[in-house]
Amino acid sequence: MRIEPNPAPPSLEMRGITKRYPGVLANDHIDLDVRPGEIHALLGENGAGKTTLMNILYGLATPDEGEILLDGTPAVITSPSDAIARGISMVHQHFMLVPVLSVADNILLGDEPMSGPILMDRHGADARIRELASFFGWEVDPSIRVGNLSVGWQQRVEILKAVYRQAQILVLDEPTAVLTPQETKEIFGVLRRLTGEGYSIIFISHKLYEVLEIADRITVIRRGKVVGQRLPAETNEEDLAELMVGREVELTVDRGESHPGGPTLRVDGLCVKDDRGRQVVHDVSLEVRAGEILGIAGVAGNGQDELVEALTGLRASSAGRVTLDGRDVTRDRSRALIKRGIAFVPADRQRFGLVLSYPLSDNLVLTDYYREPYAHGIVRDDAAIRRRAKEAVQQYDVRTPSIDVTAATLSGGNQQKVVVAREFDGTLRLLVLDQPTRGLDVGSIEFIHRQVIAKRNAGTAILLVSAELDEVMELSDRIGVMYRGRLVGVMDARDATREEVGLLMATGGREAAPIPPATGDAA
Amino acid sequence: MEFILHFPVIGLLLQFVAYLVQVMIENGGLIVTVATPIGLGALCGFMNERSGVVNIGIEGMMIVAAFAAWWVAALVVPVLPATAGPLGITLPLLVGLIAALVAGVLVSAVHAWLSISVRADQIISGTIINIAGLGITGYLGLLISQNSPATAGNFDSLTFPAGVISIPVVGWLMETFLEHGPITLSMLVVVVVLQILLYRSRWGLRTRAVGEHPRAAETVGINVIALRYRNVLLGGLLAGLAGAWFTIEYGNSFQSGMTNGRGFIALAALIFGRWTPIGAVGAALLFGLADALGTAIRQSPPVGDLGVMLTTIPAQVFTALPYIVTIIVLAGVVGRSTPPAADGQPYERETKAA
Amino acid sequence: MNLRRTISVLTIPTLAIVLALIVGGAVMILSSPLVNGSLDVTLPFVAYAALASGAFGSVDALVQTVVSATPLILAGLAVGIGFKAGLFNIGAQGQFLIGAVAAAAVGAGLAHASPFVAIPAAVLAAMIAGAIYGFIPGFLKAFTGAHEVVTTIMLNYVAIQFVAYLITGPLRAAGATFARSPDVGAASLPILIGDNGHLGIIFAIAAVPLAWWLLYRTTLGFEVRTVGANPDAARYAGMSPKAVLIATLSVCGLLAGLAGAGEILGISGYMPAGYSTNVGFDGITVALLGRANPIGILFSGLLLGAMRAGSNLMQINAGVPVQMIDVLQGVILFFLAAELLVRAIFRVRAAKAEVAELQTVSRSYGGQTTP
Repeated sequence: MRIEPNPAPPSLEMRGITKRYPGVLANDHIDLDVRPGEIHALLGENGAGKTTLMNILYGLATPDEGEILLDGTPAVITSPSDAIARGISMVHQHFMLVPVLSVADNILLGDEPMSGPILMDRHGADARIRELASFFGWEVDPSIRVGNLSVGWQQRVEILKAVYRQAQILVLDEPTAVLTPQETKEIFGVLRRLTGEGYSIIFISHKLYEVLEIADRITVIRRGKVVGQRLPAETNEEDLAELMVGREVELTVDRGESHPGGPTLRVDGLCVKDDRGRQVVHDVSLEVRAGEILGIAGVAGNGQDELVEALTGLRASSAGRVTLDGRDVTRDRSRALIKRGIAFVPADRQRFGLVLSYPLSDNLVLTDYYREPYAHGIVRDDAAIRRRAKEAVQQYDVRTPSIDVTAATLSGGNQQKVVVAREFDGTLRLLVLDQPTRGLDVGSIEFIHRQVIAKRNAGTAILLVSAELDEVMELSDRIGVMYRGRLVGVMDARDATREEVGLLMATGGREAAPIPPATGDAA
Repeated sequence: MEFILHFPVIGLLLQFVAYLVQVMIENGGLIVTVATPIGLGALCGFMNERSGVVNIGIEGMMIVAAFAAWWVAALVVPVLPATAGPLGITLPLLVGLIAALVAGVLVSAVHAWLSISVRADQIISGTIINIAGLGITGYLGLLISQNSPATAGNFDSLTFPAGVISIPVVGWLMETFLEHGPITLSMLVVVVVLQILLYRSRWGLRTRAVGEHPRAAETVGINVIALRYRNVLLGGLLAGLAGAWFTIEYGNSFQSGMTNGRGFIALAALIFGRWTPIGAVGAALLFGLADALGTAIRQSPPVGDLGVMLTTIPAQVFTALPYIVTIIVLAGVVGRSTPPAADGQPYERETKAA
Repeated sequence: MNLRRTISVLTIPTLAIVLALIVGGAVMILSSPLVNGSLDVTLPFVAYAALASGAFGSVDALVQTVVSATPLILAGLAVGIGFKAGLFNIGAQGQFLIGAVAAAAVGAGLAHASPFVAIPAAVLAAMIAGAIYGFIPGFLKAFTGAHEVVTTIMLNYVAIQFVAYLITGPLRAAGATFARSPDVGAASLPILIGDNGHLGIIFAIAAVPLAWWLLYRTTLGFEVRTVGANPDAARYAGMSPKAVLIATLSVCGLLAGLAGAGEILGISGYMPAGYSTNVGFDGITVALLGRANPIGILFSGLLLGAMRAGSNLMQINAGVPVQMIDVLQGVILFFLAAELLVRAIFRVRAAKAEVAELQTVSRSYGGQTTP
């Protein structure tokens, strides 16, 4: 397919960029160019090398080969200050905001207006920030601590940071991952306004429909290589998916009909407090039946983490009742719940799910280590542990040189398969999945989704919590939304639409609402 | 009011509080004096930890600086004129002070290198400094003392005419906070300056950002490694001052291990003071009070039942008091005092991206 | 463990020791004018020769080395097992003193009883007392978040005062010319070998395989190591990090207390008011040099024991004060830490995990209550 020549010279050109990490070729002679006023989408699955490429552009990583040209002249960028000086700004996938500092401090940091050689001038700066925000129709108090802002507002502060620095090239790395569909729509409007002001934008995503909606041009990379370039008008989701993954992809899993039995988990009026003692789960009641998947959507930070921790015994609840198979388990801790047949795939596999410095074998018995056959009394049975590990590695297709390597050496997808192998083992009553596929490649996602469906069909009750709306829509038999600590609008998945669930995520109701001003109260 | 005094425990408690206030008023100057090495040590810790480097090696830095001040001052006494200027400042003492500052910075450089560049565990790095510092100064101190070296003496305190001191309140404040040697006085200046800079200067904003979220700081063009180095080395100056206080201001000789845990108490003061300069020095004053209380009870116990009770407590309890207070403060405060988020985490510039 | 791995584990500690001896030699030369009035480049050779002969030169010297190593191995375990749980126990010193004074007190009380009663009672008392003194910082860490690095150091100072109070007060031996506890009499440990090779040696040597077995072959050790490597994952796996922290520090205290019993019951026979020891810092050096592994701790304990045993002869023959050993320790530790740089550059994979375990100590610093 030919791309129409565009008369405008590229404002950015990256030529033959190559970056090797031990054991990985992250970028393999990548070429990329961005024209003035263009939104250029960089599409690729997790781990394809998009972020590495952008880190090179931003001076956070040094390429082994290749060069960067800005407005036709070669530029050496060895640090973010070089990039900033040349008009490049980046909104990172994980926000680069200091939570304890104010909005103003975060925006000014690194480019502080001074009233003398030592002290800062804070007066003029605040006015400037308000003015910039009002350009986008936002109302923000510069003195609010960023940590108290909602995720959507943090995203806006990141964009203000870039605009404050008067960048010409703006890189956004997965900017919509944490947003509701409505917020995404708004950000798209903001990006269009920015290109109207002469910005060139690189938009990184792995979501096909978003890329088709916003991009002027799409470059697809796979395993560190550019595998194709498309114009949105000439392509479709199937074509992009195949380019991105390298084979034909079924865009939706076939989950078949569910045949739910009686209620396995019942939660009545559950209230939970966070580490700071604030109540973040309010009066949540729900029911998960055997052989069905209840999906809970919601923007991160709406009490999902605490709800899941309370249900899995990691956090005490302050009120309410939890019953499993009719038995009150409200006060049970992790181990008692595991014995009763609850398994839990935590959101942060590196923090909770694995001990990275342990070999796979120890990780595979992390929750069972004290039980027969892995231990007799207090004495561990290494032979039994190794047998189990070898079996699990085969069954769950964990790609590893041996069961003796540490979990740290595995890729994200294989690490998650280790967690899944451990948690999906045996007969389960209830399976709690928290962001089970976050950050994984398509192959691992497909594999894990199939395992989830299989568990459901085997009669396990499954509670799926995910900030990824698509995942909830795809897998769930029923869908609820967490909004400000409350569970709102549990509905049958067959009746749910993306827009409706998205509205619930954004507003807690079914009415569209204007952008609220930034408040110190995190959503 | 009167019936309260009928409950013996409450009565004793009230008497004790009154005695405490009395000790505070009568021994204000002493409290500030003994708080000086703790306060300066805590400010050294502040410089480190606010930029994300844990420093438990303050003790070691202080002892090396104390040794350097004493030894170098003694070395130059025979060759330099010892005419005293204001505050008892002589050339040998000044050279000793500079030696202490240099020593503090050099030892800090080791800590900076180990914890920032090598990315060793910062607590282990600090422990190495403590063990090595105590070891080398103990060894050399012993060898040097064998030859009974000349002493360079020590700094004098600022004094005010009796007329000024007798002014109510103002006089007491001046006596308490200003009748001190140059090192204590410099602490009082440094703490105010640091407090202002932390919240109002570019350096302060950048330091706070680097201690909380170094990667965010780097993405806006701040050189995290350089800022950490600079702050740790500047902190070394403060540890140097703290060390010099032992051998050329408060005393005039060096003994092995003479810092006696002040460096660790300084850490507790930093935590208690919630990682702010004013808070840290305020907490140091609290430890100074604990120290002064022990001394006061032995020298002028309160009258009545309370006095009888207090004087029966063995002397060792009062010697141990600052350490016990440290433990209680840590146990009571830590959960409510949040350290800089990146404290103790080495920063790696280029990490493998996902 | 295969040969190549063994060598890769041993390389760095060996290099650290060699480098430390060189630096120590340089310090001796530079400070030689203070020792004998003029710059003397031969001083290190004389000193090290005396050190070696004092440590290995005769059967008595060898016994003395093992005797000196006994408390160091136990203290090394007291620090090293803490490392495994992500704890930095700088309190071995205090736990040792409390154990020692408990042994002295019970020993003095049972001085005229049968040795078969007196010895177990005094040793047990020391272990319990040490364990209690380890329990305190463990409890404080688990329930208030007070970091053990500061609390254990403070408790060391408190222990010194507590011992001073007991020995000058209630425990003071009547009629002694200086403040000391009464003789332990029947509670004295029997001498098994040489002049002073007492029963405590067996305690230390037996503790090593026991600790190794517990750490690597039992579910208890698995819990300790998991809490050390990742406390969140430990909690997720149904373990109780709080209980593990408290239990681990108590066991550390128990071992340090046992070391104290060995010194009082096996060597001095009583406790003086100003009992001074370096066992706390020595234990840290031993644990780090032994990479927090019980077997490694056995060997590094013997090595440091040899240095302590030989240092007296070094002072007598070469005039180099015994404090030289403290200098050497500091330098050894420096090179051990700086070695991480070498690993980072050359990416030495083997033995990396063990280093990582030692690198987790700072994580909980100053902050959050352990979950």
